[in-house]
Amino acid sequence: MADKIHRIDAVEKVTGQTKFAADLHLPGQLTGRVLRCHQTHARIRSIDTSKACKVPGVVSIMLAGDLPAHTSWSTYPILSGEHVRYQGDAVALIAAESEQAAESALAKIKVEYEQLPSVLSIEEALQENAPVLHEGRTDNRVANSHWPVRQGNVAAGFAQSEVILEREYRTSHIEHAYIEPEAVLVTTDWDDSLIVFGSTQNPFNTRRAVAAAAGYPLSKVRVVQQAVGGSFGGKEESMGLLAGRAAILCLQTGRPVKMLYSREESIIESSKRHPFRLRYKVGAKRDGRIMALQAELVDEGGAYNFQAQFMNWRASVHAAGAYRIPNVKVDVYAVHTNRIFGGAMRGYSSPQIIFAQESLMDELAAELGMEPLALRQVNFLHENDTTITGQVLTAAVNAEKVTLRALELADYVRKRAEYQEQSSEASVERGIGFATSFRGCGLGAEAPDATGAIVSVQSDGSIIVRSSLTDMGQGLQTAHALLAAKELGVSPERIVCKSVDTTAVPEGGMTVASRGTFAGGKPLILAAGQIRETLFRVASRRLDCSPAELAAEDDWIFVIGKPERKLSFDEVVATAFWSGYPLSASGWFQPDPVEWDHAAGQGEAFPSYSYGCVVADVEVNKITGMATVRNLVSVHDVGQVIHLGAAAGQVYGGIAMGMGMALMEEVTFRQGLVSNPNFDKYLVPTAMDIPEVVCEFIESKDNSGAAGAKSLGEAALEAVAAAVANALAAAGFRSRVLPVLSESLLREVNGRR
Amino acid sequence: MAKKRLRLTVNGRLLDKEIEESIRLLDVLRDEMLLTGSKEGCGIGECGACTVILDGKAVNSCMVLALSADGGVVETVEGLGRRDKLHPIQAAFLDNHALQCGFCTPGMLMSAKALLDENPNPSEAEIKEAISGNLCRCTGYVQIVDAIKDAAGRSRGQRG
Repeated sequence: MADKIHRIDAVEKVTGQTKFAADLHLPGQLTGRVLRCHQTHARIRSIDTSKACKVPGVVSIMLAGDLPAHTSWSTYPILSGEHVRYQGDAVALIAAESEQAAESALAKIKVEYEQLPSVLSIEEALQENAPVLHEGRTDNRVANSHWPVRQGNVAAGFAQSEVILEREYRTSHIEHAYIEPEAVLVTTDWDDSLIVFGSTQNPFNTRRAVAAAAGYPLSKVRVVQQAVGGSFGGKEESMGLLAGRAAILCLQTGRPVKMLYSREESIIESSKRHPFRLRYKVGAKRDGRIMALQAELVDEGGAYNFQAQFMNWRASVHAAGAYRIPNVKVDVYAVHTNRIFGGAMRGYSSPQIIFAQESLMDELAAELGMEPLALRQVNFLHENDTTITGQVLTAAVNAEKVTLRALELADYVRKRAEYQEQSSEASVERGIGFATSFRGCGLGAEAPDATGAIVSVQSDGSIIVRSSLTDMGQGLQTAHALLAAKELGVSPERIVCKSVDTTAVPEGGMTVASRGTFAGGKPLILAAGQIRETLFRVASRRLDCSPAELAAEDDWIFVIGKPERKLSFDEVVATAFWSGYPLSASGWFQPDPVEWDHAAGQGEAFPSYSYGCVVADVEVNKITGMATVRNLVSVHDVGQVIHLGAAAGQVYGGIAMGMGMALMEEVTFRQGLVSNPNFDKYLVPTAMDIPEVVCEFIESKDNSGAAGAKSLGEAALEAVAAAVANALAAAGFRSRVLPVLSESLLREVNGRR
Repeated sequence: MAKKRLRLTVNGRLLDKEIEESIRLLDVLRDEMLLTGSKEGCGIGECGACTVILDGKAVNSCMVLALSADGGVVETVEGLGRRDKLHPIQAAFLDNHALQCGFCTPGMLMSAKALLDENPNPSEAEIKEAISGNLCRCTGYVQIVDAIKDAAGRSRGQRG
């Protein structure tokens, strides 16, 4: 656990020198802008650009018919020519000499629409006579988004149950709210290929979007990731669209094109956390043993979607939580509507699922007259238990261990007893509650966890590391530098980590699923290991020993047990270089193939699981309805911690985002149009909302991740909202809908008077 | 649009230029002076990524018309400290791992500096209040608050 070591990008960031995409300028660059339809569902009758074209400074205006190749990337329209399905759909592009010229031309484009009936909720999408939003489909279900799990026999399980509970929970659209809005600068190279500098989470996917828009082969599109000002899953669909549009304008005008989203555009066109309707039925014996669980989990995919297909698989695997349940029937599917599309957001369906499933555990405990902990202890998964997908867990299962530790740190038992004695006359109600979660690490059976890296030792002993995965602020480059340094036995200061350039590293999948360290560290260690072997071969000749007798540490290569027989790393590198040895190596991690039975939802879902528990201590002010989190404890088993400061940063950040989801955040709509597209109305937690926080890691061995690390980034967030909701319930305010706003709490208080 | 003369001292350098009346202080810094450390995150003064110090006070430079700051003294993150001689607040941010993506960091640093210039010994509540106009989506603020406390201690130590 390195803690004294600074993030490798920190000095640049605190001195304002880090270049984000919006900070780049090229001579002759034009400003690109998008005209959006601001309709929920309509046909385009006509578009008149004649007046807009005459605005001084306008260089080009493009409509769908002018695009060189395709009008869509995946299911997303780059430009719509006939049919628009939500307010962010783009109908025209403008390239202009200045922001003012572009702005003025935008206002002069006249579009006539014929409005079509809209679908604005999950319920409306599922109605029998609902308009079908996508051609070639018979209903509004998102293609390939249905993931079932079938285990045992739920009818028999419910028949054996003595208590049966049915509940419905809801969550809302949530905005990623990265502070940097999307930005891109596109130019051409001397060979007529495109160069894209952008704030992208997944440069290879951005490349795919640009190639589709331009009709170019992938080899002729070079995407260079700039520093990314936060992403959390969000700089994906919107970045592909933005980069594709800028590329078309660049090719059309022959000039570099820069496009920046305003905050409003970012909120209108970037994906959101999918809202879910979660219907659960659970059956248990009087002693707490859960006999059966049935769930129908429906998420709103919005106008277009290429994430629900994957996200819902994760939802199905985790639908029953970290519990041993013999009879399970789960169905997860998504529907299209005419609202902003859902996408990946930190947690990838888990925060929504855990909110419902951990609320359900507390509600079941109350129904059984049991303590929430006691009910969980009867049902927690342990080593050698089988999950609902039929996977036998052989590594350490620490659901109970993290829970007991978190409750101890939170002084849960004492506080719970104390709060139960509160006077109903007091002006505040306090409650303490918790949620436990487990999280499959990496992509698992969703997609191959394969990825690559290149390590190059330079002739002076300095080292360049290039991963196929990206740093978007989480600190991946720092973790990678530490892993490479350890493998080579050198100080991390020697290492420079480059951001992804699609012409410099192999396409190694997306930086998602909290796999940057877990999977991304593996090819790096392999590549560094190859170079270390080369250096040991060279050193062994000079030290007159066999390579197997050598070790590397603290910038020295030495004979094990005889540290005085040593050579400096620099010296060995120089000898190797001038003797023609390869000092650059590429590594690739190829995971074992996984089998998944789609019809029954059975298989080895993930190679490892992280475990976490969050305890929240809340207070509801009965005069204002305001809920305040007073203390929050977050304990995680993430295998081996690579950098304590960075790991703690993930936990703290997850806490803030989870509290936002619980108490404040919700994209609101007026007739299908977003009514809070900036931070004056879409509120996220500030420093003043952050409670007293305790974070602790429990380390565990036998994990499948790089250097024993398991996933953390998403695990840090996923149980927070559920814990806050359970704490509010303990204070007397059970809400089955997130966020729990002070308005609804106040209504509840007043209703009781 | 009418242009008027703007004289501004930014990080000790004098800018003297005719600019349009509608130009914001943030645009002058980023586009005219190429000081891109100050960021635009919302354009309405809510996120604080554009925070600079104008005549001793932290302001959202996206909400200040440049000409209204005529004759003023501006400090931006670029003037805070160099990479070989970091300001104590910058050093404390490094030591406390008080940044992730780094987009809010310049504004956060300037709010912290304005606070410590005025109040060298702030309480935790005062620190939180001083940065409550600076949104950060990555860190959950905990290590940022720790860093500002740490920086306050270091500055007091230097003086003492």
